[in-house]
Amino acid sequence: MANITREEIIHIAKLAMLNLSEQEIEHYTKDMQEILAYAEMINQIDTSDTDETIGATEQKNKFRKDEVMEFKTREDLLQNAPSQDEGMFQIPKVIN
Amino acid sequence: MPKEDYEIVIGLEVHCELSTKTKIFCSCSTEFGGEPNTHCCPICMAMPGTLPVLNEKVVEYAVKAGLATNCKIAQNSKNDRKNYFYPDLPKAYQISQYDMPLCYDGYVNIETEEGEKTIRLERIHIEEDAGKLNHDDYGRGTFVDLNRAGVPLIECVSKPDLRSKEEVDAYLRKLKSIFEYIEISDCKMQEGSLRADVNVSVRKKGATEFGTRTEMKNMNSFRSISRAIEYEANRQIEVLENGGEITQETLRWDDISGKTFSMRDKEDAQDYRYFPDPDLVAIRLSDEYIENIKNSLPELPESRKKRYLEEYKLIPKAANFVTSSKYYSDLFEEAIAICKNPKTASNLLMSEVARILNEREEEPDQIPFSGKELGELVELIDKGTISSSISKKVLEELFENPKSPSKIIEEKGWIQISDEGAIKEVVSKILEANPQSVADFKAGKDRALGFLVGQAMKETKGKANPQMLNQLFLEELKK
Repeated sequence: MANITREEIIHIAKLAMLNLSEQEIEHYTKDMQEILAYAEMINQIDTSDTDETIGATEQKNKFRKDEVMEFKTREDLLQNAPSQDEGMFQIPKVIN
Repeated sequence: MPKEDYEIVIGLEVHCELSTKTKIFCSCSTEFGGEPNTHCCPICMAMPGTLPVLNEKVVEYAVKAGLATNCKIAQNSKNDRKNYFYPDLPKAYQISQYDMPLCYDGYVNIETEEGEKTIRLERIHIEEDAGKLNHDDYGRGTFVDLNRAGVPLIECVSKPDLRSKEEVDAYLRKLKSIFEYIEISDCKMQEGSLRADVNVSVRKKGATEFGTRTEMKNMNSFRSISRAIEYEANRQIEVLENGGEITQETLRWDDISGKTFSMRDKEDAQDYRYFPDPDLVAIRLSDEYIENIKNSLPELPESRKKRYLEEYKLIPKAANFVTSSKYYSDLFEEAIAICKNPKTASNLLMSEVARILNEREEEPDQIPFSGKELGELVELIDKGTISSSISKKVLEELFENPKSPSKIIEEKGWIQISDEGAIKEVVSKILEANPQSVADFKAGKDRALGFLVGQAMKETKGKANPQMLNQLFLEELKK
């Protein structure tokens, strides 16, 4: 039976850099438990005769040729950056 | 308990940039050193709504790497997302491979003092590189350049089979050499296209359990890796000897202070929440595909070594040395096609070229001349145009200013003196100046001859033909 604890919700929120209120933690714990209980249905299916699947479709080997195609306009790529300098994104100092 | 009672256990994760023309999931160039953010597009910059498409060469190169390192190739494989936040990773996840790597269960053999040793490879998988963060000195912040974001990498994970920094060095050089031979990467450590995460632990000799390990990330020089391992192993032994415990953590090696520092606190234990990337489809490789790649592999170092021993009659030490790098080996083959003298060509590489590289703190891929120059140099020695001592000077000049060796000796006036009259003159002069040595020789001290020849060489700045010198000295002394 799928279950998820309050502590796990706090951990996941932290990994996603979300600050949750007490109320939200409670709310999401309940929601997540319901989602997992619903998905639990999948585990009831007998897959002993099914080949290993990868991904949601039968598609495979969608490859690209190794040929360079330049995207020419750096300005377009940087246009939405809140801050930029010398062709680079400028962000708050990252401490190593 | 002394240091000698501990055993060091090391495992390596080697990241190697593949030399494809384009990135792993988009058509941007992988070229090193472009203007910031000029090898970028909406895909590798993670703009919403873009979709990755896998570069077929990346799969081919990774399979090559797997086959050349005795791995099994997975016929069913996929890409997964590794989730973490860092500004050099625009999607906030790295597309990598988790539980179904392309290659697994391989090994490479390395030469150690105790003979050949097998280092097992757990897996080789494909993934994308991150961008580069530039920090300025004025505290204005950090600047993000995403040219490298999406450059294809393979990550080769070894089993913890390595036991010393010497073994790590041999293992890294072996991997580097294999990848150079199969031409999947230029393996330039100075440009960061080969780097390693080093896992180190220690345990008492005879123990069966591993100790707690620490990890040092992104090391990109043989020298720092060696130093870091030595420092970290000693640090761990000291902690244990003082009754402490090792914390499993990621450390940063600082090359300047020669110490390791803790990078993350324990609380942030890594949790990457891997899951299959829904934007990419399964990689399913047929037997035929794998077989074709196997047949396309070039001659590997082991086979070249065998050929050098049998065909060219090199001694094992020379054959090992020449095949230790594709660059040496190619240079050697090109040279002997010209000079037909494998012995001298290999000797020059092993003694002189290696010495000069060592002095310059460079690697064989940085040799600025080709086998043509080396072959010509050997020919000049064989023809007696220059002496072997001059050949060393020519090699040094080739590193500084690569051009035809015959041009070099002509310009520098280094042509060997083989004119009997000129050499006789020098011989007479040296004999006159060193009556004691002459007396010594006549009294049966053969060593005196060596001294006299040495003096004559000095007098002619190494240009006198050594065989003729020897002969003429003997003739004079026996008069």
